[in-house]
Amino acid sequence: MNVRGRRGPGKPEADQVVAGENNSYTLGPMQAGPACCAPQPLIRVRNFSLFYGGRTALDNISLDIYRGCITALIGPSGCGKTSFLSSINRLTDLIPGCSITGRMHIDDSDIHGPATDLQALRRQIGMVFQKPSPFPFSIYRNIELPLHEHGIKRREDKDAIIQRVLQDVGLWNEVQDRLHSSALSLSGGQQQRLCIARALALDPQILLMDEPCSALDPIASGVVEDLISRLRGRYTIIIVTHNLAQARRVANYAAFFWVKDHAGRLVEFGHCRQVFESPAHELTAAYVNGARG
Amino acid sequence: MREISHVEIMSSGHARGDRMVQWVVYFAAILVSAAFVWIVWDLVRGGIGHLSWTFLVESSRDAGRAGGIGAVLVSTVLVLLIALAVALPLGWATGALLAEYVPAAGGLGHTVRYSLQVLAAVPSIVFGLFGNIFFCVYLGLGFSILSGGLTLACMLLPILVSTAEAGLRAVPGAHRLSATALGMSRTATLWHVLLPAAAPALVAGLLLGIGRAMAETAALLFTSGYVDRMPDSLLDSGRTLAVHIFDLSMNVPGGDAPAYASALVLIAALLLINVLAMRFAAGWQRGKMVTV
Ligand SMILES: Nc1ncnc2c1ncn2[C@@H]1O[C@H](COP(=O)(O)OP(=O)(O)OP(=O)(O)O)[C@@H](O)[C@H]1O
Ligand SMILES: [Mg+2]
Repeated sequence: MNVRGRRGPGKPEADQVVAGENNSYTLGPMQAGPACCAPQPLIRVRNFSLFYGGRTALDNISLDIYRGCITALIGPSGCGKTSFLSSINRLTDLIPGCSITGRMHIDDSDIHGPATDLQALRRQIGMVFQKPSPFPFSIYRNIELPLHEHGIKRREDKDAIIQRVLQDVGLWNEVQDRLHSSALSLSGGQQQRLCIARALALDPQILLMDEPCSALDPIASGVVEDLISRLRGRYTIIIVTHNLAQARRVANYAAFFWVKDHAGRLVEFGHCRQVFESPAHELTAAYVNGARG
Repeated sequence: MREISHVEIMSSGHARGDRMVQWVVYFAAILVSAAFVWIVWDLVRGGIGHLSWTFLVESSRDAGRAGGIGAVLVSTVLVLLIALAVALPLGWATGALLAEYVPAAGGLGHTVRYSLQVLAAVPSIVFGLFGNIFFCVYLGLGFSILSGGLTLACMLLPILVSTAEAGLRAVPGAHRLSATALGMSRTATLWHVLLPAAAPALVAGLLLGIGRAMAETAALLFTSGYVDRMPDSLLDSGRTLAVHIFDLSMNVPGGDAPAYASALVLIAALLLINVLAMRFAAGWQRGKMVTV
């Protein structure tokens, strides 16, 4: 099969075939990205607070999300991880009564500024939800829809992109013969990978993942986790997870949130290793050692 | 031995209750199917002898005793098409408005919903009188296919709006979130995700509407009339199938056989529309019909 190169001047590397447990993936060619974890801020969050009606859900968060790295958000239920993710692509706009203060910038553009083009913003930010949520249409149609919406309408272009992203998530071999059957006939793990493929189809630079493995069995979860690790460098990923072992395995950076005075706060942010092995804050230490939360 | 009998007593007690319920359920299901089969069989028995190609294409003669239902079929289709052409866009757009654009408990939504509930409860004879006064007399359309179609459209609105609204509300919120997160506009989300996802509900509403329209007599007697000639234009009076059956069986001695045959045609048409609509819904969801 022919894997087409991605846009951009960077020379695509050769196809990379990775033999997994019993699957083998063909990954699309990588774009030469920055070396992972050279800390180069892509998203800068400053004094960010979020309110549902009068209730504070996030209180005064400041942190940097580094380009090309995987940042894990950890913390107990209700500490505002989902709210934080949804603020980045402004899904919070859909919630009546939700308001914010403070700033979030992607490079130099203000996410919450009045001039932000929401469609363009969301085009560069893919999102994957906790529960696999493919549209109840065919596999092909699921990925075709966002392409259409963003002006990619030529049949050959669509076919090429759909093949590429399905290969990227290791689904191509499994579904290439039934692209036109319902996405709901896929297993949960396959559906979640389809959702990831759908998010990748628009070539985003940022990928938000809200507990992407928590609805999956351990094997499917492992497959998705592998996939996430492999996306490192090509995308800037923020992943919410309650699975600390998983956060440790995939993430470069970790941010620990905690509820204090009924509002979510950022307690600690740092290298994954540092947060897990030598946390600066005692709450973090207690949480990562499983004593609380 | 003792243990076994104990278990037997326990299980047979439960099993008897279970079996009772099962029988009741089966019985109800069989009764419903039997009623349907009986009706169809009765129609087939009474009507099949009279059914032929000429019956389907010829105009009726001698008050319907001779000739066929060609003109009646044409009128029926025209009335139905006008009703749907007006009611479908209006009804579905209103359903979308109620489900997606106005707050569930807000003033506008409440008002619209309340009006529709009242409209749904109005007997069809009243629609007939209204249609006669408004379309035939006030708008000067006279007894015509157009008046009949427009009157039917008013009758269909409540069904179409409420099924569309319910269908759209039943679409999981996750689809809205996913579509928004993919940068799809609100309109595109509605058009390409929510409506196709609600297609089964929309089609169910459509079928209910068509069923109601095809069965309607009272509202049409006063609006499209009962002239059984081939209509020349939409401003001609035209007799629909249901009106034809009604007239044959009530007013025409010796009209039983053609009445049965006409009823058979009506039922067959409804079944056909049902099957086609289901196909269409499935195709729509797979994204083959709507690709833009
Ligand atoms: N739509 C909403 N309206 C009002 N309050 C909300 C809404 N969504 C979340 N909240 C509140 O905001 C707080 C943070 O919720 P959020 O969903 O962001 O937490 P979370 O860290 O993602 O939790 P979990 O780990 O259980 O997913 C909670 O107290 C929650 O009750
Ligand atoms: Mg959450």
